[in-house]
Amino acid sequence: MKKIVVLSYGLGNVRSVGNALRAIGAHVEVSHAEHSIMQADGLIIPGVGAFPHGMANLVESGLVDVIRKYIAFGRPVLGICLGMQLLFDKGTEFVPTDGLGLITGSVDIIPVSTEVGRLPHIAWSTICQTEQGRQKMFAGLTDSEMRFYFVHSYAAMGVKPDNISATVTYLGNTIVAAVQSCNVWGTQFHPEKSGPSGLHFLRNFVNNC
Amino acid sequence: MRVIARLDVKNQFVIKGIHLEGLRKVGDPNQLAKAYYEAGIDEIVFIDAVASLYNRNNLFSVIQKASEEVFVPITIGGGLRSLSDVEQALDAGADKVALNTAVIREPGLIENVAKQYGSQCVVASVQAKRTANGWEAYMETGRERTGVQVLDWVRRLQDLGAGELLLTSVDQEGTKTGFDVPLVQAVNNAISIPVIVSGGYGQPKHIAELLEVTEPSGLCFASVLHYKTATVDELRQMIALAGTTGIK
Repeated sequence: MKKIVVLSYGLGNVRSVGNALRAIGAHVEVSHAEHSIMQADGLIIPGVGAFPHGMANLVESGLVDVIRKYIAFGRPVLGICLGMQLLFDKGTEFVPTDGLGLITGSVDIIPVSTEVGRLPHIAWSTICQTEQGRQKMFAGLTDSEMRFYFVHSYAAMGVKPDNISATVTYLGNTIVAAVQSCNVWGTQFHPEKSGPSGLHFLRNFVNNC
Repeated sequence: MRVIARLDVKNQFVIKGIHLEGLRKVGDPNQLAKAYYEAGIDEIVFIDAVASLYNRNNLFSVIQKASEEVFVPITIGGGLRSLSDVEQALDAGADKVALNTAVIREPGLIENVAKQYGSQCVVASVQAKRTANGWEAYMETGRERTGVQVLDWVRRLQDLGAGELLLTSVDQEGTKTGFDVPLVQAVNNAISIPVIVSGGYGQPKHIAELLEVTEPSGLCFASVLHYKTATVDELRQMIALAGTTGIK
């Protein structure tokens, strides 16, 4: 059984992520302890909340170096929602804040005028996978099963095409839905809240660990 | 557009009434939640039907179990009065909290929850009742007047940091005579956060009548699902037939 650590850093629905992983047969540990993280087969950075708050919590708890070290060893990491956003160079929510800088890009507000549409983007949206996404992250999911739950107002911009695994269209904007850079994965949607498709995606991550 | 199941819970049973009154037992909350999840529901809202009257919270164990077998967003409402109530609800496995009574007495709670946990987890719940010249917000599951105009109130809730709005028509709730279309339209136009509509569905034409005029972000269903009048797929088809894109 694969051991997956769900990172607890004070921001995130760690229980929901843990429940979804248990449902697919993973051994789950919710932790922020370095020794526990370093022994994990995979690490998930969950997150709901604001970018500066999330980054500050990672910095204060000394987790930035732990995450970097874990990735440097080639171990698999999955960032979910805010956890994915933190993987990028910087974010502009409230105040400009440096991110983990693991994937090129910045996290900015989705450009919609309130006359046309609403923020946050809270919806089940059908995403469009790239060839890279099809090979690993979304392997085994048909196009009609590519429906996931989103809740966010900010999105990753300026991401290199090589790193994009899936996109979603919201009010005419093409938004990054999933990213991959070697052993680092990220999703803007919440797989733990996306029903059977979400569980399938998490199984792909765990199998990759 | 999201198809949402609403489970009003009293003493560990899902109940259903008319105008939020005259309650009847319809089933076990966890069994129903699991059945709706397996049928493909987009989201589940649990409302503690009595908590705010007696000032207690007994829904947390239901939520805890639901979060272990239902992998779609879960909202809990009813009787949440403080930041620590909200913390307990989220710890139990809820993704969002619906706040009504407490917020009317203490609007700062929305701001505090939004700051601490993010706007996405704050659902402002508004119970609206028709008046001569608009709608008035009610509290205590539709029993008590507040004297506050709904349209002023929803703008205020948005400014305070609510991430979405759960709009219940006290007049239409449980009547199966259709949604309060002018209410939904007025609220949807007044604010720019997603609006979830609850109360009134009885037959397919009610969805068409609503979506012809305005497009909310989600529709809540209770009786129709509890009494198996329609399945989740059928509801989804009705929405698709009404020509919605789900993004307005």
